[in-house]
Amino acid sequence: MTVESTAARKTTRRSSGAKRTTSAASAKKAPAAQGAEPELVQLLTPEGERVQHPDYDIDLSAEELRGLYRDMVLSRRFDAEATALQRQGELGLWASLLGQEAAQIGSGRALRDDDYVFPTYREHAVAWCRGVDPTNLLGMFRGVNNGGWDPSTNNFHLYTIVLGSQTLHATGYAMGVAKDGADSAVIAYFGDGASSQGDVNESFVFSAVYNAPVVFFCQNNQWAISEPIEKQTRVPLYQRARGFGFPGVRVDGNDVLACLAVTRSALERARRGEGPTLIEAYTYRMAAHTTSDDPTRYRRDAEREEWEAKDPIQRLKTYMENEGHADAAFFEELETESEALGKHVREVVRAMPVPEHMAIFDNVYADGHALVDEERAQFAAYQASFEGGEAE
Amino acid sequence: MAVQKLPLAKALNESLRKALETDPKVLIMGLDVGKLGGVFRITDGLQKDFGEDRVIDTPLAESGIVGTAIGLALRGYRPVVEIQFDGFVFPAYDQIVSQLAKMRARSLGTVKMPIVIRIPYGGGIGAVEHHSESPEALFAHVPGLKVVTPANSNDAYWMLQQAIQSDDPVIFFEPKRRYWDKSDVDTDAIPGELHKARVAREGTDLTLAAYGPMVKTCLEVAEAAAGEGKSIEVVDVRSISPLDFDTLQASVEKTRRLVVVHEAPVFFGSGAEIAARITERCFYHLEAPVLRVGGYHAPYPPARLEEEYLPGLDRVLDAVDRSLAY
Repeated sequence: MTVESTAARKTTRRSSGAKRTTSAASAKKAPAAQGAEPELVQLLTPEGERVQHPDYDIDLSAEELRGLYRDMVLSRRFDAEATALQRQGELGLWASLLGQEAAQIGSGRALRDDDYVFPTYREHAVAWCRGVDPTNLLGMFRGVNNGGWDPSTNNFHLYTIVLGSQTLHATGYAMGVAKDGADSAVIAYFGDGASSQGDVNESFVFSAVYNAPVVFFCQNNQWAISEPIEKQTRVPLYQRARGFGFPGVRVDGNDVLACLAVTRSALERARRGEGPTLIEAYTYRMAAHTTSDDPTRYRRDAEREEWEAKDPIQRLKTYMENEGHADAAFFEELETESEALGKHVREVVRAMPVPEHMAIFDNVYADGHALVDEERAQFAAYQASFEGGEAE
Repeated sequence: MAVQKLPLAKALNESLRKALETDPKVLIMGLDVGKLGGVFRITDGLQKDFGEDRVIDTPLAESGIVGTAIGLALRGYRPVVEIQFDGFVFPAYDQIVSQLAKMRARSLGTVKMPIVIRIPYGGGIGAVEHHSESPEALFAHVPGLKVVTPANSNDAYWMLQQAIQSDDPVIFFEPKRRYWDKSDVDTDAIPGELHKARVAREGTDLTLAAYGPMVKTCLEVAEAAAGEGKSIEVVDVRSISPLDFDTLQASVEKTRRLVVVHEAPVFFGSGAEIAARITERCFYHLEAPVLRVGGYHAPYPPARLEEEYLPGLDRVLDAVDRSLAY
């Protein structure tokens, strides 16, 4: 490397205002383009204080509050168990939802049974709300299937790994709902990273044009693996909706009450035939992207600690305790239930059978295919050739 | 220190470093290629040393990455694009097939597209869906694209240099399960031609043609077969488009038998093209039909079944026996 090139690098890296640069790298820390802090819908502060919002109010009984709390605690317990199972080699990979419980439980509990959910691969707590057996989610992470449940059982679509694809599926499904004259709604989950994908932007176009009854629920957890939100957008994500012709709202994604209220409102709007809404749940990915990731390489511990203080579970607990909505017995029982869930998940995962080898050829086509039949027969004969003999 | 033993991943990293040092127009673009150094660390340390203007973390949109790389190439840059995993390239497929591949012909040869698209490919690492695919035939089938894949560290180092120097778009498939395999890299050597195959092991009874991750498998097959008194030649194809049929022909004229091995599904795979061409060229030399070993006509299976799906020692040996039995 020459001295000149080193010097040139230093100049460009500083990229002062005097030098005109066009690269992505020169983008200053966004989203600040709007000036004022964007409004964040919040009904429960990080300190556990109940606050009012003119557009989104919610009145929940103590029992309902305890229900939301229970959902979040059990989801976190399930998630922790899955992380542990990955560390023990029982799962190949795990994508933790840690920190996003309120966004997922709040939105998930806003849904009716006849509503339809299109998740990414991290919506474990939404799956919980839909009644999907949590151990069903682990098959693909253990490597015994690539999905493994019937989406129509709980109106919960298969996990989608390729980012953003499912937002178009959700839009199409919602177009179908509208054609059928039904009053159910559809919710599409995605993240801040996926918001850059063409598919997501195309789903905004289609849903607006066809006035589809779909709610786009974006969990902005601030990080797409190592890339901070500034690499995806110069405006707060919810503001993008306006340009596509439908409303957007930013909600405190760590406030389960606000997430519930805002999602309910958007779903009702969809049911009334008023079209899509974009919800940006402002939250934080407390864990690594997946168990394969090492966030110490790219983000500060201090940032995580700041978000730790906004923990979604703790704030609801403080509120319930202060208001006398839950007693010690409730928390103790939940602790017991939590441990039982962990044990159940462990046992089921460890006992999960490796599928028959021939399963490779199953369900490739609905109407069959001569080549698949031929290969299946060849494979069976090949495998049989080892029986009794020594396999290398 | 001309010769070093390096993991294939590190050889790629050194190659990119060399390219960034040599040509100020070389850019690296992709997801997480900056501070993280890529999910496989292929770009580790490069942003730190060459700056954010040259090693660019892009928004999360593959079509956007390749589309803007085309624009940068029009402006005189040489973008080296990283697609994070094989299964994630398809949002960019439109840009690659409809735009990148055709630009030179549409401009009557006035425009060059010196873009390299690096794609970690193949299975064997126990990954989730979309992380283990071998889509090379989908690119080799497209006129205007070149498709290459190294099998060892030295080729990783040099083929990537040569791909970056090429004025044509090159799809550079990296055998991800071999990233951690170490072999010698000679950074002072005069490299061979990018699009030429290499005889990786000489033999007289049968030729195994393979590329990328399957070269190692085939070398192991040849070793095992040698123990049974069979002499197997292994040709590392290296370049899938263009494909060096001369080297394959010379090998098959000697051994009279050919088995092609790849991870990708056999049906309409690159083995089909090799079989057809070699049959045309070597019809009177062949003692057996050209056989193929590869993936099945089924979606890539979940990790716990991939050992059954992927061509391994036993399945290749089985094909060797079938060929020799003719």
